[in-house]
Amino acid sequence: MLTVESLKKSYDDTSGRKAKRGSGAGTRVYAVGGVDFEVHDGELFTLLGPSGCGKTTTLRSVAGLERPTEGRVTLGGKVLYDHKQGINMRANRRGLGMVFQSYAIWPHMSVFKNVSFPLDVLPRGKRPDRKEIEDRVGQVLDVIELGAYASRPATKLSGGQQQRLALARALVTRPELMLLDEPLSNLDAKLRETMRFELKRLQRELNLTAIYVTHDQSEALVMSNRIAVMNQGRIEQIGKPREIYTKPATRFVAEFIGTSNFMEAKVVSVKGDEVQADTAHGRMVARGVERTPAIGDTVLISIRPECVDLSREPRGDVPNEWSGTIRNRAFMGDVVDHIVGVGDLEIRNRSNPNLSIPPGTEVHFTVAPDKVTLVPVD
Amino acid sequence: MTLATTTTRDDGAGPAPAPQPPEVTRPGRLVRLLRRPLSLQGLLVGGAVIIVGYLAVVPLGYLIHDTFLSADGNGVSFGAFSRAYGGNSQSGEMMLNSLWFAVGAAALALVLGTSLAYIQVRTDTPFKALFFAASLVPLIVPGILYATSWIFLGDPSSGLLNALVFKPLFGSTPINIYSVWGMIWVQGLHLAPVAFLLMVAAFRAMDPSLEESAAMSGASRITVLRRVTVPLLRPAMISAALLMFVQSLESFEVPGLLGLQNGIYVFTSRIYFVLRAYPVDYGAAGAYAIGLLVIAAAGVLLSAWLQRSSRNFQTVTGKAFRPRPVELGRARPFVGAGVILYFLLTVVLPVAVLVYASLLKYYAAPTHKTLSQMTLANYRQVLNMPLAFTALKNSLIVGLGAATAVMLLTSIVSWVVLRTKAPGRRALDLLAFTPIVIPGLVLGLALSFVYLRMPLPIYGTLLILLVSYCTRYLPYGMRYASSAMAQMSPELEESAAVSGASWFQTFRRVVLPLMSGGILAGWVYILVVSFRELSSTILLYSPGKEVLSVLIWEQFENGQFTTLAALGVLMVVLLVVLVSVAYRLGARFGLQNDSAN
Repeated sequence: MLTVESLKKSYDDTSGRKAKRGSGAGTRVYAVGGVDFEVHDGELFTLLGPSGCGKTTTLRSVAGLERPTEGRVTLGGKVLYDHKQGINMRANRRGLGMVFQSYAIWPHMSVFKNVSFPLDVLPRGKRPDRKEIEDRVGQVLDVIELGAYASRPATKLSGGQQQRLALARALVTRPELMLLDEPLSNLDAKLRETMRFELKRLQRELNLTAIYVTHDQSEALVMSNRIAVMNQGRIEQIGKPREIYTKPATRFVAEFIGTSNFMEAKVVSVKGDEVQADTAHGRMVARGVERTPAIGDTVLISIRPECVDLSREPRGDVPNEWSGTIRNRAFMGDVVDHIVGVGDLEIRNRSNPNLSIPPGTEVHFTVAPDKVTLVPVD
Repeated sequence: MTLATTTTRDDGAGPAPAPQPPEVTRPGRLVRLLRRPLSLQGLLVGGAVIIVGYLAVVPLGYLIHDTFLSADGNGVSFGAFSRAYGGNSQSGEMMLNSLWFAVGAAALALVLGTSLAYIQVRTDTPFKALFFAASLVPLIVPGILYATSWIFLGDPSSGLLNALVFKPLFGSTPINIYSVWGMIWVQGLHLAPVAFLLMVAAFRAMDPSLEESAAMSGASRITVLRRVTVPLLRPAMISAALLMFVQSLESFEVPGLLGLQNGIYVFTSRIYFVLRAYPVDYGAAGAYAIGLLVIAAAGVLLSAWLQRSSRNFQTVTGKAFRPRPVELGRARPFVGAGVILYFLLTVVLPVAVLVYASLLKYYAAPTHKTLSQMTLANYRQVLNMPLAFTALKNSLIVGLGAATAVMLLTSIVSWVVLRTKAPGRRALDLLAFTPIVIPGLVLGLALSFVYLRMPLPIYGTLLILLVSYCTRYLPYGMRYASSAMAQMSPELEESAAVSGASWFQTFRRVVLPLMSGGILAGWVYILVVSFRELSSTILLYSPGKEVLSVLIWEQFENGQFTTLAALGVLMVVLLVVLVSVAYRLGARFGLQNDSAN
């Protein structure tokens, strides 16, 4: 199990970084501003966030490629980094596997040599003999289906093959923890889709523990056991993919993952886990609220477009039924979006593409109370 | 990236993209426009093609023709070669000296440059800014002045290092700058910044994750260096070494100033010597020139070929993550001290000794007496020298003329090469790069062959210098113009054409303004290097038509070292102004890649 405790990484604001990060001289810029998480054995844990959110810096701090400013990182019983004790184990001693975004395949080595390198550089006592190295490299190459390419120059492989080669190289020492830094982002869309499932299958079959960094939310949702959504050097929410999607803890998470309709509202009643709140355009009832606000609090209501049920006729006697006018529709093949105007508010609906209502039509829509998410106002 | 288009930058953006002709679908554009020879476009393009061909091909043709011409004026003869290389010509020793000098200087430059580049790019060394200050030296201190400075420092009797350091401390004067070792030292130090900049570019172009992934695989720092870093840099190092080798082979200043004293000849100084002897044996000079040309061309071609094959080493690169610098730890103060020492030895000391010498009546090691007799008399003398102003004027005329002509020409040529599908555009590209293999002295000799025979009244005028400079700097102009052109989307021109602009209007109002940054950079660069051009000028100038570098050479030949120093200080000041103007103009790319002597 990997434990990361209050990890911080700041840069002295000198030299060229000043302009890039857009701050005054002499200040300290935090790339990672205090991050805590645990990765359980056999789990694929994802750091998800927009570029510049600190996810890669966090990963590189775990790898030992970046020296954090504060905090503590332990793997099993091993302390990898501890600011207070002044421990910072070198990257090459940590025994981790890592796949880089650029794959970092060594162009001057063959496919076989690339994979055998981590075994070749083991200290003399621990290094397996020639025969065993050949066997182990062969096995790994077979797992990732590159067995036939062993003697080829690594640069003669296609992008997808290079990606799998990078994976093989990281796997060959059976590391306790794998670090994956946007490994699929250089592949084309089709291949990326295939590789997602492939990677997930490998991870499950080999029972790998892995940290996966990505900015692609659908990749994160498909592959992860748990996701940490990061923003501006901090973790906004940690949870299972479904939790993250259906119960975003903050506005940032709700906006970053999927699309959402937002409305500000004032809480008027709280009964158990049922909260009623008034927006400028009417009342919304939310059920199954985990952290209930107090009456009088201002909250942000978040509703996913696919949770908005559209109909031409009113249904009556159901909660959260509003009416409005279709302003626009957008056909996207597998789904269709309708924009419903309610006063100055626009609510996005996403439905089955069979539905098509022309702009200007009066419509009614409902939102099931358990699909209404309350997010604290920042 | 071919050798000729090697461009280094110091802004961390890696090497400039080698101009790759984008595949524009305009079949036969050049053909079509050449069929209408009266259009302005046709005239301009056709004229540019003819001029480039003329500049690149004619001198070499004359050189070869005149060298192989037999004594009776018809038929092929190898007489010139047997006179040059045969019997008691001592050319065996000359060639050994050449190779020893070129290999030694290249090795010194490469070792220094690569180590400095590694320290600068990959470690947390102090004084990072000093590295780039030091790398400007070859731009602002021409080879002839650098060699002079080292004469002041390393002369066996009056050199400061001998007189002030070794004599008092050890009672001996071990340093003799007039030796092959002295030549290697000076040439190597002068070239080290070029190697440094090439290797900085190579280090920066290398995806740091290649090294990081080796560390993640468990390799120690030494193993990473040995098994990943060095193998990946090997192509860059080999081609840098070859470039240094060719440059040293072609250098005239250092062997001319340091070698001739003790009769140590290399190819270039041999050619010069033969041409100064009486009677002049042009054939023998030509034979030496062809020998030098062949070796230089072989080096350049080998280097270009190696760089081409190293393209296989480029892999997919993702985001450029700034690599974590290697922490030097306890070694940091020592490395810092080394950097300071290097800076003092290669920059401060040579410039300071030049200034010191310029203030003396006769050059001597500083004593109470010499220090008290310091005077500005040399500067007064220089300013009162009528020839000094003529030389400055001539340098300016030729420099400005060459810079303008080359950039105009290369703008058009790079347009033809990159934007048309004309057959032969690759040949044109190659032709424009050809002069890079022609050593300055060889070009000077070839041009004098051409214009001594041609009825054109060019010989003995400034025009012949202009022709020579245009030829020499054509490849550099090409490099600037074509990288500026390659960065510009063809759609910008297409939209101008669709808007109704004629070819000339498009070129003048869209292409040239958009390329102006690169063109200006190239223009300033050519102006700067023109000021120091000596190796072809020395064979082509005629009395009364001196330029600054020749004036300095004349002071050396007359033994007027202190006047030379004053002249040199003024020239350095002038070049510092020019170079900083170049920087101010934002014309940064490629400026540091000094490849001329």
